[in-house]
Amino acid sequence: MEPQPSELSQGLEIFIDILFVSIPFLLLLLAYITGKVTEKRHYASIHEREGRWLNIPAINGKHLPDLPAIASAELVVGSVVISVDHFKRFLSQFRKIFGGEMKSYSSVIDRGRREAILRMKESSPEADLFLNCRLETSSVSKGQGKAVGCAEVLAYATAVRFQRTAE
Amino acid sequence: MTLTNLETVPGRSIVEHYGLVQGSTIRAKHVGRDLMAGLKNIVGGELKGYTELMREARQQATDRMVEQAKELGANAIINIRYTTTSVSQGAAEMLAYGTAVRWQ
Repeated sequence: MEPQPSELSQGLEIFIDILFVSIPFLLLLLAYITGKVTEKRHYASIHEREGRWLNIPAINGKHLPDLPAIASAELVVGSVVISVDHFKRFLSQFRKIFGGEMKSYSSVIDRGRREAILRMKESSPEADLFLNCRLETSSVSKGQGKAVGCAEVLAYATAVRFQRTAE
Repeated sequence: MTLTNLETVPGRSIVEHYGLVQGSTIRAKHVGRDLMAGLKNIVGGELKGYTELMREARQQATDRMVEQAKELGANAIINIRYTTTSVSQGAAEMLAYGTAVRWQ
């Protein structure tokens, strides 16, 4: 009556082995799915909000011809720290062999920049124009070893309001 | 105190320049935040803890710059610039600088 429990434990052992081997793959799958969903949602929200702010542009010039008289000016800032998911980081390993554009990374930075500009605009809802808009990107930590690799994007500009004619 | 990153205060004339003023701060994130960010790093997306940290740091740098300008008797800072540098793993320096002026 010995073989039955040993067979069971052997089966259990194999199951545990499979589980351990598959953890990295499961993690990749999880990162792939969640990363994809987050990106899709983020882009949807960016497009929707950019549409709303279309009439109030941010420009990186300091003067415009025929600018109406300015009533007030203030500094506005928007920033976001964004990170690359595990799956994209995994993909980038292959990209590093062949070279070329890292599309998966550039979409993350693109999302960060647009989000920062939108946050800057949203911090001053009554502005008529954003002058001298600057963008700055810096890596908060470089992701050596187990450290977090993420980038901060900062957008700042001068929000101006025009003088309203008494009507 | 008027803050702007233009070279003038729009609609005003500047009567006096006081020169460069600056404010800076170096901030480190605490272990709890770092741990959460590590988990968040698997799935990607915004790291809210870090965004908050950078905002606090920028606010402090700006406040210090404004403090310095007030001591000089200025009522505006023009041409403001921000820069960030990562001093070491997990610590970031935030610098704000501009020109203190008085307008009438």
